[in-house]
Amino acid sequence: MSNNRGVIRFIARRLALGLFTLFVVSLVVFAATQLLPSDPAQAILGRDANAVSVAALRTKLGLNHTAFYQYTHWLKGMLSGNPGDSFNAQIPILSYISDRVVNSLFLLFLASVVSIPMSLWFGAYSARKRDTLFDNVTSNTMLALASLPEFVVGIILVLVFSLRVWHLLPAVSTIDIHKGPWSDMKGMVLPTATLVIGAVPYISRVVRASMIEVLESDYVEMARLKGAPEKVVLWRHALPNALGPVFQVIALNIAYFAAGVIVVEALFNYQGIGGALRDSVRVRDIPVIQFLVMVLAAVYVVTNLAADLATVLVTPRLRTRMR
Amino acid sequence: MTAADVTAADPGTTPEVASRKPPGVIRVAYRMWRTRVGTLIVALLAAIALFGHLIAPYGERDAVGLPFTPAGKTRKHTIFGSAKVGHDVWTRFLYGGKPILIAAVLATVLALVLGTLVGLVAAYNRGKLDDVLMRTMDVILALPQIISALIVISMFGATTILIILTVGISTVPRIARVTRGAAISVVERDFVAAAESLGESRFRILRSELLPNIAAPLLVEANLRLTFSIGLISGIAFLGFTPDPGAANWGLMINENRQGVLGQNPWGVILPVIAIAMLTIGTGLVGDGLSRAAAGIDRSKGGDL
Repeated sequence: MSNNRGVIRFIARRLALGLFTLFVVSLVVFAATQLLPSDPAQAILGRDANAVSVAALRTKLGLNHTAFYQYTHWLKGMLSGNPGDSFNAQIPILSYISDRVVNSLFLLFLASVVSIPMSLWFGAYSARKRDTLFDNVTSNTMLALASLPEFVVGIILVLVFSLRVWHLLPAVSTIDIHKGPWSDMKGMVLPTATLVIGAVPYISRVVRASMIEVLESDYVEMARLKGAPEKVVLWRHALPNALGPVFQVIALNIAYFAAGVIVVEALFNYQGIGGALRDSVRVRDIPVIQFLVMVLAAVYVVTNLAADLATVLVTPRLRTRMR
Repeated sequence: MTAADVTAADPGTTPEVASRKPPGVIRVAYRMWRTRVGTLIVALLAAIALFGHLIAPYGERDAVGLPFTPAGKTRKHTIFGSAKVGHDVWTRFLYGGKPILIAAVLATVLALVLGTLVGLVAAYNRGKLDDVLMRTMDVILALPQIISALIVISMFGATTILIILTVGISTVPRIARVTRGAAISVVERDFVAAAESLGESRFRILRSELLPNIAAPLLVEANLRLTFSIGLISGIAFLGFTPDPGAANWGLMINENRQGVLGQNPWGVILPVIAIAMLTIGTGLVGDGLSRAAAGIDRSKGGDL
């Protein structure tokens, strides 16, 4: 009974914190327009535009209203699915972005499908084989890979697999906008590989650490003593108990991808939202920047929230001992 | 560099713990080959980044021939051929590390100072102040660092100071969390109560009682953050955002010379890629050595792993 109330209080607290965080992020992001050194209308039309058309555009953009009105207006637009027009492309943000969202989601999907099982396997297996040659080689390799920025990893892959050593894979992706990203699977390989190589070392180290802790615990000892085969001990007894942190790691993983796509998409000229954010920053297309940042922040906050809840639900002792 | 600062900060006001622990970690770390090799690599790359321009054959913006020409075919003599706009690859390489390394070190130092302060204050005061501080940290953490950086750049442009401030401040919560986590158990110890009853000032307690006792995890975290800052700052440059688009910069070099790889001269990409890779792996190795030493993993083996 009181246990249930504890869980609900916990969820409510986390939800409130998540919403508050998004609110603060929205304030910061909105401040971007207010702090802009130049007038947005002037910036769109260029320096030579005449005063009349600048004034007309100012009215159209709502720049004559108070900051508070502009903020609530903008927020309303974001929440109702009508975030406004791109300064640069002069079309609604959603139609500018929608194909790119699909492309990015497909890239994230491929990267997650490869990286999550891979990091679980590497982490669990090297914990099992702790201090053997396998463990030493993998953890040293993972350490080196974890230190490398993702654009360096990507460039090395490009040099090796498409430009200098072998000519197997394309160095840039060319997606047919009408067919979707799956039309160019060959072009997906290197962007996916870059994200996977960025994420796996990081996640598998966390998995390894929590597996080692579990493998040294009493109930695993007990399972061994009662004669369960090593395989059963590892997968049935140990792994489920190492899963709590793993959920958090998956969330971190998605968050990592949310940031990683910016560089990776720019590197491979991949038509996704990460590349779009880079391009918008270049031309100071403020509405698009605001929209994309809010989307990425929301993804991050929601995945973290989901991870926290999942952790609580799979870990019995957390369910009873909640603040 | 930052390592020495932290450990040298306090030579031991609380005799038995404070004076032994931090130097212990470093000494143990340097028994391991990974720490030594890492330090060697970092020293080499730092030397190239900081003093390389002194031995550069040409000026940073001098043209030596047509763009992307391999060595031997350029108008003037070159070792690695020419880069974009006909610059000398070797010269650009020798110039291009400085902006990244200096910005990364300054951002890390800034984050270390502010993060340690926030973490210590939160751990020592607990209660409301702790809540407010750590929730603020959570909000900063809600944005991936590269996105914070891009927001700031879109507003004010990519000036050096702004990049340092943004990377530094977005790193603060990561250091504050580690500091707070390590300091919370120290706050409960007797010598802190003793210092309180002697009427020591709050600042003195934070600096002389708490700080020396959390130096080991702080050292590890600072190193990790330095590695990430190097990657982040060179990544921002790779995206095309640098204070001066005409100046040499390893991250920018990789981006602008990519078309040269398709053509005839890959060195404009290969050299900076090797440099950034070695620099980050080097700091990663030092960090790994430090964290192994802090965790006491290799204490028994004497470090021939």
